[in-house]
Amino acid sequence: MTTDTVLIKTVGLEKSFGDIEVLKGIDTEIKKGEVVVIIGPSGSGKSTFLRTLNLLESPTAGQIFFEGTDITNPKIDINLHRQKMGMVFQQFNLFPHMTVLKNMTIAPVKLKKATKKEAEERALSLLERVGLADRANAYPSQLSGGQKQRVAIVRALCMQPDVMLFDEPTSALDPEMVGEVLDVMKALANDGMTMAVVTHEMGFAREVADRVLFIDQGIIMEEGTPEEVFGSPKSPRLKDFLSKVI
Amino acid sequence: MSNIFETIKNWFDSLAHEFNFVFIEDNRYTQMITGLENTVKITLGALLIGIVIGIVIAAVRSTYDKNKERMRRSGSPAYFILAFLNFICKVYLTVIRGTPVVVQLMISYFLIFVSVKDGVPVGIFAFGINSGAYVAEIFRGGIMSIDNGQFEAGRSLGLNYIQTMFHIIIPQMFKNVLPTLCNEFIALLKETSVAGYVGVVDLTKAGNAIAGRTYSYFMPLISVALIYLVIVMILTALVGKLERRLRSSDH
Repeated sequence: MTTDTVLIKTVGLEKSFGDIEVLKGIDTEIKKGEVVVIIGPSGSGKSTFLRTLNLLESPTAGQIFFEGTDITNPKIDINLHRQKMGMVFQQFNLFPHMTVLKNMTIAPVKLKKATKKEAEERALSLLERVGLADRANAYPSQLSGGQKQRVAIVRALCMQPDVMLFDEPTSALDPEMVGEVLDVMKALANDGMTMAVVTHEMGFAREVADRVLFIDQGIIMEEGTPEEVFGSPKSPRLKDFLSKVI
Repeated sequence: MSNIFETIKNWFDSLAHEFNFVFIEDNRYTQMITGLENTVKITLGALLIGIVIGIVIAAVRSTYDKNKERMRRSGSPAYFILAFLNFICKVYLTVIRGTPVVVQLMISYFLIFVSVKDGVPVGIFAFGINSGAYVAEIFRGGIMSIDNGQFEAGRSLGLNYIQTMFHIIIPQMFKNVLPTLCNEFIALLKETSVAGYVGVVDLTKAGNAIAGRTYSYFMPLISVALIYLVIVMILTALVGKLERRLRSSDH
């Protein structure tokens, strides 16, 4: 599904929190239709890397090009670009005071991307696809963890983004609910969605990823197809990491 | 046995007689009604001002707290404006919370609004400014207590800072602060009883005036206390009802 069009490109991306350097220069590209899975030990900077892509963390140095625009330029309106970048969080972050349907339609309606009616129709068909059409009027607290995360995914999709960023989407779930969320993500990948996924699910990475990035100590230590990364890891740190997680 | 009934009957008779003497004769009850009106006017007006001031200050202070690190690094001029506004807010909070409300009321009436003879608008102003300081901190605490993930989720969907605040954070904050806000409202209602210091005939002043006129303290003062009590009880019940309704929409 991967095309030659570059959707996101980072150049010398660095991020520090106070004196702690979390990212020490990341150069990479994500092409349209590509599924990039980012793995690495905790504290390696992989979540921070993902969160800089839509500027939830503003980089200390370097540039991020999204669809050709340098979004680290303070003069651009980041909100317009974020509308094209869906994000799914570890802790779901559904809005507890709104129904599932309202959660999904608030952004497209308030940002005038769709009328209320269009947004609701789109939301219902998305809910149908993830098997939650009957929960449209439920509140988040009435849903299971897996259901919440599926709603969070379709909430982001309701904005019709060009890329989806997943920040450890299954890490807060009970084990028996991980599968249902991964299934939705696989279906999304098969539909040709561009995805960047930070995860500890190595099975998912093997099966779905076009490319795997191994981030450690703030740099991309190794990258390649799942076969290369899992089959013949080169760096000792990756070998060590894989021996612990698989 | 009949003696006890007799005693009770006599007590009620004398109570009725006293009530008649204190409130009905010379239409003295009208003073109580005027007093009640003024108390309600000052309380509601001050609450309204307090909430407006509270929202503005809470917005400035929490925006500053959330963004100061990032803004300081980028060195944008907006940072200095925000830092200055934040400083002004802090001065306001310190001064208002650090001085008694009676003193603030008298300063407003005798020093600031010298030419205004009616104490009611001055009372609304003074109590509003006072209440604003407390409401601001209630709201700020409410905003800070909302998980940052809610904020990030709103921003990641493309909503801007103000839209996220307005649609995502503030509705959740309001529900969280409702009990504390109700407390502030109750405190405010009772604090207005010092409005008599600037010549306003509020409920307390009316009761006191009637007591002075009739040399009868029991009936007017107990009545005043009961009226405050009843208002507070009604208010508490209403807020409890509202809270239950907001909670049911959530679970």
